[in-house]
Amino acid sequence: MNLLDHLVIAPVVIPAIVAPLTLLAMRRRRRIGVALSLAGCIAMLVAALALFGIVQDDAIRAYPLGDWPAPFGIVLVLDRLAATMLVLAAALALIVMIHAIVTAVDRKGWHFHPMFHFQLLGLNGAFLTGDLFNLFVFFEVLLIASYGLMLHGMGAARLKAGVAYVVVNIVGSALFLIALGLLYGLTGTLNMADLARSVAALGPEDQGLLRMAGLLLVAVFALKAAIAPLHLWLPRTYAATTPVVAALFAIMTKVGVYAMIRVVPLIFGDDAGAAAWVPAPWLLPAAVLTAIVGFAGVLAARAMREQAAFAILGSTGTLLLALSCWTQATTAAAVYYLVHAVLAGAALFLVADVTLRRRGQYGDATVASPRFAGQQAAGLLFLAATIAAVGLPPLSGFVAKLFILQTTFDTAPWQLIWATVLGTTLIGVIGFARSGSAIFWKAAPDGDPIACPPRARAEFVAPAMLVALLALLTIGAGWATAQSQAIAAQVFAPDRYIAAVLAGGPR
Amino acid sequence: MSLEFLVASAIAVLVAGGIYLALRGRTFQVVLGLTLLSYAVNLFLFAVGRLVVDRPPLYAKGVTEHADSLPQALVLTAIVITFGMTALVVILSLRSFLESGSDQVDGVADRPADEMRP
Repeated sequence: MNLLDHLVIAPVVIPAIVAPLTLLAMRRRRRIGVALSLAGCIAMLVAALALFGIVQDDAIRAYPLGDWPAPFGIVLVLDRLAATMLVLAAALALIVMIHAIVTAVDRKGWHFHPMFHFQLLGLNGAFLTGDLFNLFVFFEVLLIASYGLMLHGMGAARLKAGVAYVVVNIVGSALFLIALGLLYGLTGTLNMADLARSVAALGPEDQGLLRMAGLLLVAVFALKAAIAPLHLWLPRTYAATTPVVAALFAIMTKVGVYAMIRVVPLIFGDDAGAAAWVPAPWLLPAAVLTAIVGFAGVLAARAMREQAAFAILGSTGTLLLALSCWTQATTAAAVYYLVHAVLAGAALFLVADVTLRRRGQYGDATVASPRFAGQQAAGLLFLAATIAAVGLPPLSGFVAKLFILQTTFDTAPWQLIWATVLGTTLIGVIGFARSGSAIFWKAAPDGDPIACPPRARAEFVAPAMLVALLALLTIGAGWATAQSQAIAAQVFAPDRYIAAVLAGGPR
Repeated sequence: MSLEFLVASAIAVLVAGGIYLALRGRTFQVVLGLTLLSYAVNLFLFAVGRLVVDRPPLYAKGVTEHADSLPQALVLTAIVITFGMTALVVILSLRSFLESGSDQVDGVADRPADEMRP
C-alpha cells in the first residue's frame, strides 16, 4: 500500500488535526489560528480534488482502518459519489471560511474555527464511511459541531431555535440507533456491503422487521434532510443562525439525502426481497409536499434569510422528486441537482449576509429602504443567486431541472413530478421577484441614503465565487452530467461495491 | 415470566414514558424524556445481541459459546454520545431560560413572563 492509497483518509485526518491546532494557536495569536484554519481548508480541497482524480478510473476503493478486513473492521470506502461530495464540501467550506474571515464573523465568539473543522470532519467522515454505525458516529460529530456553530454569536432568538434544533436531533439519533439495532439483530453485521449481502439471504419470517428497520432508517435520514413533514425545525434554525454558518449548513441537510442515495440502492435494492425499495412509495408524496412547502415559504417569507432557508427546503423537495423514482437515470439527475442546490442555497445565504450588513436598521427584511452602499453589486448577486436557486436559464438550476424533467418522463408518476417542478418554479420566481424588487429596486420616498462605514469590497468576493462556481457548473454541464451519470451507474451496481469492500474478507 | 418479556416490557415502559415527557412543553420535562428514551435505546441495543446468561464476553479457557461483544461496544459509544448530548441540552435550556425568561421549549411563555419568575 503506497502513500497515495492513504490519501483516502486525508479528508478525515486533516480537519481532525487542524481543529485542535487552531484552538491552541488562537490562545496566543488569533492571526496564526485563522491562517492555520484557512490552510486546512485549502489542504482539504487539494486532497478532495486529488481523490476526485483517483476515482476517475471507475474503481471503488476500500480503506480498512488498522488493516482489519472488512466485515470485522471499519472501512472507509471511496467511490465517485463520495469523492464528488468531498469536493463539494471542501469547496463550499473554503468559500464560507473566506467570507467568515472577511466579515469578521469568526471573531464573535471564541471557538468558531475549531468547530468549523470538526463540522467538516463529521461531513467528510459521513461521506467516506462504509459502516452504518460509523455513519451514526460521524452524524453525531457533525451535529455536535453544528450545535456550537449554530449558537455562535449567541442571542435569545438563536438560543430558542437552538433548543428545538438540539431536541429534534437527539430524538433523531435515538431513532437511528433503534434502526441500527434492528438491522444488527437481524443480520449480525453493520458493514454496509456485508449488510447488503446478508439482507438478500434473510428468511421470509424476518422480512417484516427488515421493512420496519429500512423505513425507520430512511425516516431518520429524512429528518436530517428536513423532508416534510419532518421539516419544521429547519426554517427557524437556519433563519436564526448566522448567515455564514447557514451557508455551510446548506450541505448538512444534503447529507441526509446523500445517505439515502448510498443506503437504499445498496441495502434495500432489488435483492432485498419484500424489503426491496421499501421507502419508495413514501418518498414521492413527501417530496411533493416538501417542494410545495419550501417554495410557498419563499413566497411568504418576510426576510431574506428566512427566504433562503425555505429555498433550501424547496430544493430538497425537488431533489427528492427525481430521487424517489429510484432509476439510474433519475438518480443521475438528482446528483447533478444536489451539487447545484448546495451551491445555490449557500449563495443565497451569503448574499443575504452582505445585504444585512449594509442596510443598517432595515436588516434583511423585505421592505423598501433608502439607498445603501453597494446596492447594485448586492442586487446583481441576488439576481444571479435567485436565478440559480429557482431554476431559470441561463444558470445551472435550469439545466438541473431540465435534466430532472427529461429523466422522469419515462416513469409512472411523471405528470405529478412535472406539475410540481414547474408549479413550484413559478411560485419561487414570484417569491424572489417580490423580495428582490422590495429590497433592491424600490427606494423609500423619504430618508437619506444609509450611511455605511467604508467597508472592504472583499465582502462580495465569497458570494461572487459561489456564483462563478454555479456558472462553471452550467458551462461544464455536459461534463458534469456525464460525471453524475457515472456516479449513478456506480450506485446502481451494488455488486461492485460489495466485491470491492469484502474482497479482503475471509468469509 | 421469561427474561425476554421482562427486558422487552422494561424497554416499552421507558419508551412510553420518554415519548410522553419529550412531548411536554417545558424543557426540564423534555430533558428527562430524552434521557428515558436514550436509556431505552441503550437497553434495546444491548438486547439485540440476544439475551444469554453465563457466557464470557470475549474469551475464556474451555468455553466455546461466547456472548456477542459488538452490541456492548455499540452501547458504550451510544452512552458516551447521549451523555454528552444530555449535558449540552441541559446547559442550553438553562441559558435559554435565563435569556428569554421562559422554560418553554419554543421559547414563548404561555403566561406573562413575570408571573413565572420566582
